[in-house]
Amino acid sequence: MLLLVVVSIATFAIFFLVPRAAGQTSDQIALRYVGRGATPESIQATKERLHLDEPLTTQYGRFIGGIVAGSDFSYGPETVHCPAPCFGYSFRNNQPVTSLLVDRLPVTLSLAAGASVIWLVTGVAIGVLSALRRGSAFDRGAMTVALAGVSLPIYFTGLISLALFAYTWKLWPNGVNYVSFTSNPLDWAYNLVLPWTTLAFLYAALYARLTRAGMLETMNEDYIRTARAKGLPERTVVVKHAMRASLTPILTIFGLDLGLLLGGAVLTESTFSLPGLGQLVVDAVFGNDLPIVLGVVMLAGFFVVLANLLVDVLYAAIDPRVRS
Amino acid sequence: MAWRRGRTAPAGPEQGGADADDTPGSGSRRIAGGDRPAAAGAPADPAAPAAFLDVRDLRVHFPTDDGLVRSVDGLSFRLDRGRTLGIVGESGSGKSVTSLGILGLHKGGAARISGQIWLDGQELVAATPDAVRRLRGQKMSMIFQDPLSALHPYYTVGKQIMEAYRVHNDVSKAVARKHAIDMLGRVGIPRPASRVDDYPHQFSGGMRQRVMIAMAMSCDPQLLIADEPTTALDVTVQAQILDLIRDLQADFNSAVIVITHDLGVVAELADDILVMYAGRGVEYGTTRDVFRRPEHPYTWGLLGSMPRLDRDRQERLLPIPGSPPSLINVPSGCAFHPRCAFCERTGGLAVQQVPPVLESTPGHSVACHLPPEERRQIWADQIQPRL
Repeated sequence: MLLLVVVSIATFAIFFLVPRAAGQTSDQIALRYVGRGATPESIQATKERLHLDEPLTTQYGRFIGGIVAGSDFSYGPETVHCPAPCFGYSFRNNQPVTSLLVDRLPVTLSLAAGASVIWLVTGVAIGVLSALRRGSAFDRGAMTVALAGVSLPIYFTGLISLALFAYTWKLWPNGVNYVSFTSNPLDWAYNLVLPWTTLAFLYAALYARLTRAGMLETMNEDYIRTARAKGLPERTVVVKHAMRASLTPILTIFGLDLGLLLGGAVLTESTFSLPGLGQLVVDAVFGNDLPIVLGVVMLAGFFVVLANLLVDVLYAAIDPRVRS
Repeated sequence: MAWRRGRTAPAGPEQGGADADDTPGSGSRRIAGGDRPAAAGAPADPAAPAAFLDVRDLRVHFPTDDGLVRSVDGLSFRLDRGRTLGIVGESGSGKSVTSLGILGLHKGGAARISGQIWLDGQELVAATPDAVRRLRGQKMSMIFQDPLSALHPYYTVGKQIMEAYRVHNDVSKAVARKHAIDMLGRVGIPRPASRVDDYPHQFSGGMRQRVMIAMAMSCDPQLLIADEPTTALDVTVQAQILDLIRDLQADFNSAVIVITHDLGVVAELADDILVMYAGRGVEYGTTRDVFRRPEHPYTWGLLGSMPRLDRDRQERLLPIPGSPPSLINVPSGCAFHPRCAFCERTGGLAVQQVPPVLESTPGHSVACHLPPEERRQIWADQIQPRL
């Protein structure tokens, strides 16, 4: 909770303090919102509407107040009410930031959920097998591919896969178009296969390397020798004893990665034109739409904090040494 | 053939083939399915030895980038049930590798192992890994040096003992749990019924080692190997653990191998002592013989480097000069010759030939080129007075 407050102060400071520190006056900031044909009067009006001349602490209070209780924005002659978790109002989109976030979140959520399942399963499986057959052809092959996976940027692998699968082999003749899960689950999955695998490729490569290293270390532990000395079948030794111990740190990293990703998989969404949070924030940055950037960053911060919390709780459940 | 015990062990009910499984309670503990070779029954294999454990010319070599590491290089010994053998030697003398070799626990495909290991009439070196695996934990088990790292940190001690019991016995969880509590009580853990659900880190060092022992003994093994069982423990706890091992051995009538560099432990526990140097046995005999009338210069060195309370503190220990040999380039001839003060007396023989293991007195064998009379003379005149 305290962390969330810190996140909100930090983001707020970056977006409101930094421009000022860089020498921008409130006039210049307001100018961005007014658009063409700005007159001193319209600038003044905008400044008042956005409370740009108030002290920063008051502005921050207003920002937090909006999140907690909602707030009103006057828009020309009209006044728009922005209900409770209000992260501000995007005058460019004519929508409260919250509803934009709510629109875009399912896309990012779908992308992250599917990809994370794929990378966790394949990454861990490949890592474990590689560790058990250290030095074999499988191990060397897998680690070469993994090296490629962590080295190639998503916009490269994404575009290559689009070119090959969607346009050359026509598996996705119309490209990738997001369909919501509720309207058609099959179409949803079909359209997300390429983004999922592209994103998962990177992470699976990372996880395979992590898992392999962890397993190699664990297999040398004394308690693995004990497990063998008990006469347990090798399969039990690996699954119950070695994997149990080496997957704990993997789970920690998984939680954090997932939290981070929920704030927007910027590259993947841009590459496949998926209307998710990442795409939203990219557009907002290019369009100077400050409230949206602020909102997405706050949401991303929230997810990271949440993921951290979950990981901590989970860790206590997994590792008895943490409990006592 | 190497180590020959002078007196044959009493041919009690634990001796030889068919009788071995007739100890009370063990009948019900056989693995169902019976894919074990019939060797446990009548003497099916004529080569099968009479001793319960018979290790013949065991060699465990590890190929590495730097060369072949000869961890164990032609070791032979025998052990009967109800007896305790102490294997002593410096670090790297092959003690631990020998025990891991018997259990088939030496690192995977890396090791080259040859020779024969007969356990209760069954040969283990040539046996399939799965056959050896079925014997591990049931017929032979092992306790390790550091009980904290040897127990899995994420499972309760109860679960770990139950696991060891259930893998060899087709019983329900409830029965296994009861057995685990039973075992914890037997090794002297107070309030076993509640401690069974504790994790290893919640136990003290000595209690952890008791847990290890409970786990190792959960299937009534006939062979227990204790690899430095007290090295990681407080001095005050060491004696308790040694007592426990001795008591359990009496209860289970098992054969015990204690591996240690601590001669005090050996003196406490062992009936017989095998002194190892550079992967080979150099002296073997009853504890009494080896301590009272040691004949190998290396054994003299070991005894000389042992601090004693009943001596004046001004007197200095007599360390063995030099350092343990590389196991890749083992010195020619007698591996101990570069560190031996009496090497010249052999007239160069010790540098050229590996000394054969010969019986010096009944039940006491030594691998040394010096004539037995000369060895005894040196011991009586030069070594004993200085200890």
